[in-house]
Amino acid sequence: MDLNLILSIIIGNIFINNFILFKFLGLCPFIGVSKKTQPAISMGLAVIFVMTLSSIITWCVYKFLLVPFEIEFLRTICFILVIASFVQLVEMIMLKTNPSLYHLLGIYLPLITTNCAVLGVTVLNVNMFFKQGQGITGSFLYSALQGFFAGVGFMLAMLLMSGIRERLELVDLPKSLQGIPAAFIVASLMSLAFMGFTGFKF
Amino acid sequence: MISQFLAPILTLAGLGLFFGLVLSWAAHKFAVVSDPRIQEVLARLPGANCGACGLPGCSGFAEAIVKDRIAIGKCKACSQEAACEIANILGIKLTAKEEQVASLRCHGGKRAKDKFIYQGIKDCPSAAQTLGGPKLCRYACLGFGNCARACPFGAITMSPEGLPIIDSQLCTACGKCIEVCPRNLLVLLPRKGEVYVGCSSHHPAKIVASVCSVGCIACKKCDQVCPDQAIKVVENLAVIDYDKCTACGKCIEVCPRKIIFWRK
Repeated sequence: MDLNLILSIIIGNIFINNFILFKFLGLCPFIGVSKKTQPAISMGLAVIFVMTLSSIITWCVYKFLLVPFEIEFLRTICFILVIASFVQLVEMIMLKTNPSLYHLLGIYLPLITTNCAVLGVTVLNVNMFFKQGQGITGSFLYSALQGFFAGVGFMLAMLLMSGIRERLELVDLPKSLQGIPAAFIVASLMSLAFMGFTGFKF
Repeated sequence: MISQFLAPILTLAGLGLFFGLVLSWAAHKFAVVSDPRIQEVLARLPGANCGACGLPGCSGFAEAIVKDRIAIGKCKACSQEAACEIANILGIKLTAKEEQVASLRCHGGKRAKDKFIYQGIKDCPSAAQTLGGPKLCRYACLGFGNCARACPFGAITMSPEGLPIIDSQLCTACGKCIEVCPRNLLVLLPRKGEVYVGCSSHHPAKIVASVCSVGCIACKKCDQVCPDQAIKVVENLAVIDYDKCTACGKCIEVCPRKIIFWRK
């Protein structure tokens, strides 16, 4: 347990290494679902949920399956398989046991099964918290935390973007800029702003 | 040597098999039984997800029809045949509803004089809130096309004149355009009524004459010429009673301002 590391995971994933605005992962939902605030929040919640649980599960798969058999090179395909089937499973269970939550996350859950941001956070966990095939002390907790706060960072970016785009709807833009082009410009400006955080060292 | 090949193959195959089994087990265990009639009803709804029924989309409405026996008539966009089929699926009788169509009650456009040059947000409610709107007539169409953007069926297009044109073939009378118009210029009229008045100004004739060349001046010529007493001037505006109107077209001929129209 290293409090400094935990703090750096929290701040780092939300602001400094924000998945969308710094690492450029998960850009598809960032542009596609950020037109209104309500869907953006639902999408953000779904991403937090899936990222946290996939981090936990892929940690288990890596630690107990890939490392003992010395087949770490199968990491990507295994993680995709695990995440996709796991999200399917969660979707079924949720539909049966908690329909209201299912309708809140709704169509966004299957959308993110193979999202690169979800795979990205799991691969990053393995790169950061496993040294020479062995997990560092507390790597399970770090992985779960990294998954959760990467999701929070994703949601923050989605919320900011949707807020801006809702207001952008009312602005009198030239026709060629309306819609997606304006969104791209806004996204790059936001990204530039978030790049400013890289100066901080934790 | 052989284990180098076997380990990855077996691991992947094992993982695949494991998750396949788990998913198929879960599909049985957590199967949600849904009424097959919901899908059948859904297939007959317009599918525009306009939300005029007050429920989340057509699927939500289909579920409410089957489960809570909500009235099919709540879907204003549903055609008569489709409603009959849905009623057959549910085994209930249908009470006939009158088909309606949205109509615009202003034909000012550029002919309605401007109060000032508006350069704000191109949006009808915003324009209507700026100093009472950029038109001199309080009942004039502002022409920023919120109704055209709101129409889920693409039945409204904006003419170069700055007036919405309603395609009565595409219009399903869902009422979305009526909600968004800040000046209440759109109304649902019976589809069978072939004549309508294209003005909604209650201004006295003197004001109308000074602000717009196509406003109703309440001259009562239509009232006098109508053989069925179907058109009356109420509060400075001609109003047609569609129960009496026989669509003879005499009022259209006699109107000095040319604001009574045949529905296209």
